[in-house]
Amino acid sequence: MAGLELNNLYDDFRDGKTLQAYARIIAEDAAKLERPINIMEVCGGHTHSIMKFGIPQMMPENVNFIHGPGCPVCIMPKERIDHAYVLAMQPDVILVTLGDMIKVPGSNGSLQDARAKGADVRFVYSPMECIKIAQENPEKKVIFFAIGFETTTPMTAVLLDQVIKQNITNILFHINHVTVPEVMVELIDSRDIHVDSYNNKIDAFLGPSHVSVIAGSKIYEKFPKDYGRPVVVSGFEPVDVMEGISMIVKQFVEKRCELEIQYKRVVTYEGNLNAQKLIETYFDKVDLFRWRGLGNVPESGLKLKDGYAKYDAEVIYRDVLPIAEIEDHKLCICGDILRGMAKPPECTIFGTACKPTTPIGSCMVSSEGACAAYYKYGNLITS
Amino acid sequence: MCLSIPSKVVKINEDKTMCTVDTMGVQRDANLMMMADDEVKVGDYVLLHIGFVMNKIDEEEALASIATYKEILELMDEEERKRAILEDDECPARGEQYAEELETDGRA
Repeated sequence: MAGLELNNLYDDFRDGKTLQAYARIIAEDAAKLERPINIMEVCGGHTHSIMKFGIPQMMPENVNFIHGPGCPVCIMPKERIDHAYVLAMQPDVILVTLGDMIKVPGSNGSLQDARAKGADVRFVYSPMECIKIAQENPEKKVIFFAIGFETTTPMTAVLLDQVIKQNITNILFHINHVTVPEVMVELIDSRDIHVDSYNNKIDAFLGPSHVSVIAGSKIYEKFPKDYGRPVVVSGFEPVDVMEGISMIVKQFVEKRCELEIQYKRVVTYEGNLNAQKLIETYFDKVDLFRWRGLGNVPESGLKLKDGYAKYDAEVIYRDVLPIAEIEDHKLCICGDILRGMAKPPECTIFGTACKPTTPIGSCMVSSEGACAAYYKYGNLITS
Repeated sequence: MCLSIPSKVVKINEDKTMCTVDTMGVQRDANLMMMADDEVKVGDYVLLHIGFVMNKIDEEEALASIATYKEILELMDEEERKRAILEDDECPARGEQYAEELETDGRA
């Protein structure tokens, strides 16, 4: 065996000729479909790849994409951002978070605005950086505003594990971890009720791969079984996405409805059992988590177990945290976009009042948001 | 937030909580605490995400994927060759036909 080579992996999974070859296979199979099919890519990583590499252009007319709610920044309701803002404004607090969270507007402004007003808000690449910040600032409370799906939850668990083991007393957690299968159920149910502008429903899912690197493909088992929706867990590279789509189309042509893994090089049925154990040790499901634009989704969020309440910023700061639910800007249709019922250019403020530099809705803030992807790569879309 | 390139483990620290990985020629440190004890060894390919090793990359599966892609290419090249011969038989209309095909393929 020649052995794995990084350049092979990187170049081959982006190879233009391979993409075109897959496009032909998909077109040939799609010609045998009895009706058009709508594939939801749940994950923002997929949305980004699909837009960046112009994959919609390569699809036959009867294979459509519906962009899902798989961006942890985009799905954060305003009241949770307000929590972060209020915590950041506490005099003895350093608020730490990941990604684009810092730019999302809450009702008082974004974390960036809080920083402009003197709050100590820090962006980190990895949650573990909180330990160093806490050690350097022993007189302050470091609050980790934890976001993300199954992918990032175990990293928060590792941080808490270390906080306990190293007896660090000045790190607290504000938990906003959410789970993918529960919101997929919500989307199927609500889409079956509401007839949207496309008058269509979600026929199949391109399963988020990094979620399954941790949680295994097993979490999607019920979708083909109980909901009649095939799921193919796919990688993010464009060739992975094309192969995943091809596998879905083949299932429809052959009248199969199964859970399959395209991304076998990293995803297994069981996932990372050690990471799952860490999550089970520290987290419980919440009864309801309110998703931006989607509303309350049962058991779709996590919280720290009661035994770890002394690390829970939501418990410790409950007297100062606002409790009201806050609706989005009236003109912003992020909710419909996250539900897959509208595409970004259908929003009246898309690209005008709402741009990556001046975002109104969260889908424009995060680089993984559908609006940001359309704004950046939209000129690749011909129709 | 999620896009990742495979990395090769080049060194594991004594306490096995951290390792050094090489990602496309760039070396950086990664946290090993999400993996089971002794699961990752020097020389393994791993997937990183926000500073953590998330899991190992299965070399056989990765190579199998690459092989599949190459097979598709070879198959398509052969088909393309056949099509070229057939089109040559229908010579006068060839240019227009191909332009139409390109359009319906979405490649034009």
